[in-house]
Amino acid sequence: MNTHCENCNLANLTPDSLRNVIVAKEELSPVLTSLEISAPLIARSAKAGQFVIVYMGEGGERIPLTVSDSDPEKGTVTIIFQKVGKSTLELGTYNVGDVIEGIVGPLGKPTDVEKVGTVVVIGGGVGTAIAMPVAKAFAASGNKLITILGARSKDLVILEDKMREPADEFYVTTDDGSYGRKGLVTDQLKDLLDSQKIDLVFAVGPLPMMKFVCKTTKPYNVPTIVSLDALMIDGTGMCGGCRVTVGGKPMFTCVDGPDFDGQEVDWDELALRKRYYFEEEKEAKEKFLAGGNK
Amino acid sequence: MAKGGPRNPMPHQDPKVRATNFEEVAMGYTEAMALDEAQRCLGCKAHPCVKGCPVNVHIPDFIAKIKDGDYIGASEEIKLTNALPSVCGRVCPQENQCEKHCILGIKGEPVAIGRLERFVADYQAASEKEKPEFKPLDASLAKYKVAVVGTGPSGLTVAADLAKLGYSVTMFEALHKIGGVLRYGIPEFRLPRTVLDAEIDYVKSLGVTILPNIIVGRTFKVKDLLEQGYDAVFVGSGAGAPKMMKIPGEGAAGIYSGNEWLTRINLMRAYSDDYDTPIRKPKKVCVIGAGNTAMDCTRTALRVGAESVTIVYRRGREEMPARAEEIENAEEEGVVFKLLTNPKRFIADEDGAVCAMECLKMELGEPDDSGRRRPVPVEGSEFNIECDTVIVALGQNPNPLIRTTTEGLECQSWGGIIIDEETGMTNIPGLFAGGDAVTGEATVILAMGAGKVAAKGIDNYIKSKYNL
Repeated sequence: MNTHCENCNLANLTPDSLRNVIVAKEELSPVLTSLEISAPLIARSAKAGQFVIVYMGEGGERIPLTVSDSDPEKGTVTIIFQKVGKSTLELGTYNVGDVIEGIVGPLGKPTDVEKVGTVVVIGGGVGTAIAMPVAKAFAASGNKLITILGARSKDLVILEDKMREPADEFYVTTDDGSYGRKGLVTDQLKDLLDSQKIDLVFAVGPLPMMKFVCKTTKPYNVPTIVSLDALMIDGTGMCGGCRVTVGGKPMFTCVDGPDFDGQEVDWDELALRKRYYFEEEKEAKEKFLAGGNK
Repeated sequence: MAKGGPRNPMPHQDPKVRATNFEEVAMGYTEAMALDEAQRCLGCKAHPCVKGCPVNVHIPDFIAKIKDGDYIGASEEIKLTNALPSVCGRVCPQENQCEKHCILGIKGEPVAIGRLERFVADYQAASEKEKPEFKPLDASLAKYKVAVVGTGPSGLTVAADLAKLGYSVTMFEALHKIGGVLRYGIPEFRLPRTVLDAEIDYVKSLGVTILPNIIVGRTFKVKDLLEQGYDAVFVGSGAGAPKMMKIPGEGAAGIYSGNEWLTRINLMRAYSDDYDTPIRKPKKVCVIGAGNTAMDCTRTALRVGAESVTIVYRRGREEMPARAEEIENAEEEGVVFKLLTNPKRFIADEDGAVCAMECLKMELGEPDDSGRRRPVPVEGSEFNIECDTVIVALGQNPNPLIRTTTEGLECQSWGGIIIDEETGMTNIPGLFAGGDAVTGEATVILAMGAGKVAAKGIDNYIKSKYNL
């Protein structure tokens, strides 16, 4: 048995045995970074579709990031994130051997993975990091798996091998046509819906992408699950900041989701809520890039 | 001469000044005030005050020590039954507890027990060197392990009581900071962070291990603890699922639950430039509800720079559930009370941010289940209140995480965990619970009282299990 397993017997836990040390780092694209982090307790329990909250220490935010892989043997979890704001830019400066002060999880409900027939899993941009473990899980449950990977351009295509490997059919689309099919994931999805019986679509990516995936599947009556990334604070159901209207009812993304029936989501409200702190976030990012923070 | 004299008032920061800072509002007794106030205590034999205290603080004994000038001794006397005296001296509703039973209160004003408690606890905290060294009652109990889920008032009480007896205690906290509602819920100007940190350090000094960033129910389950070497588990996971209005437009940006508002400010310190969590500077704030949390929301809103803060409450002044002292504090600081008013829907601007609330006037009808007169809407009385920030502070339901991840755990239909009131044990042997997770949203001191019961229950359970 690995030593980490003895250390993570719940009766022997110490602050030291729980230190979140970065064991591997990879730059997947100019804006996407992957960190493999020692987190033995989370590695044992994380399932596809769940996320963690990362806290970098006094002054920091609590940032929700999806677990894109976990290795219970090694006691590590892998997170992939887009360096888009102050906190993710800061996290991007961490290197192998550095310690992240706090990682809590796994949070949210795992994706409901059953054998339903033919499943299309769509990952757009950084959302591919979430789509990847979900795709793997659907394949492992005996479904026919089709994966679509969408990105703005070739240099933003990530995890191509991992999206192709478990799939029976695999497609790439780029907005500018620099790689794979020129166009949007919805173009590819529409062709698939027209050519074969699809039983379930799972989509995760930028909000407009998920919204249009739902619009595309609606006339075909194909159940469509989306994974939402509302703004969060605690991530444990305590504050309701991540609430989203689904089927006319308020739901908390962190505990009722992150997966929801995409046809029921109030996309416009969600988009407006996500934009609410735009100015504050922009200012924090500029300050960080200018080296002026703290 | 203090005996028979009036109660010593608590010195406060000036309302106009304090509404712009996060410094503590009530500044505490000076030594002279404490000595004078202590003289008012008759030390009566019946000591009815003690039975008003959920954790049975030895009130006449600690006040007697103040009279002798032995403040450290007084603080130690309190700590025999109460691990968090600096907290309780500040946030307990003493007027409904110990002080309500003080016989001086029959004809005049009761002894200011809470203020004295605070004085001696703060005195001891400030005198670092005079902290007595800790020795557990029975070191042989160290081989028995107890897990405590949640680091709020009930969990800290269980942990401290069991550590004093000699048990090995490990606490698990879901957030990155310790203290539960004491940290994310109660604002700094009522409970300074240095005071809270000192109380937590005290619990740690008893040998308790505290592990943050672990969410029991998700990271692992309660039953895993019982299967992996813990002899007993206490769940003090608190209330934690905010109640919303459930009226149209509530998804608009700028509408917060009381928990979100307070978490952003108290836990994440969003108002400070040195902290990354954002908050929009509010101008016109409406807080819906009139409990203690609502009052805390109004007063934090003032301190982050709101131009106006209005309480919107569907019943009347008499029915407001907050402590009288908190209502008075809010009013002094400039909070406006719009009573017998209830929101009907929220109105958003083109950016999806709330800009107004449509409200109905209410009138009071027959008493309802709570014994308070039921508010009834006045037909056709709709009117708008302009606002850019709304805080919905209607209370909370218990956090469902433990309930939904602990197979076989018996709970109330509304979600509270069911326990044996004598022992604090749930229907699962070795699993105990207390505080808001059991009762729904209540007070710090009731949660601590529940912690005391459970600590005793756990001690008895382990001793009978191993024939000790």
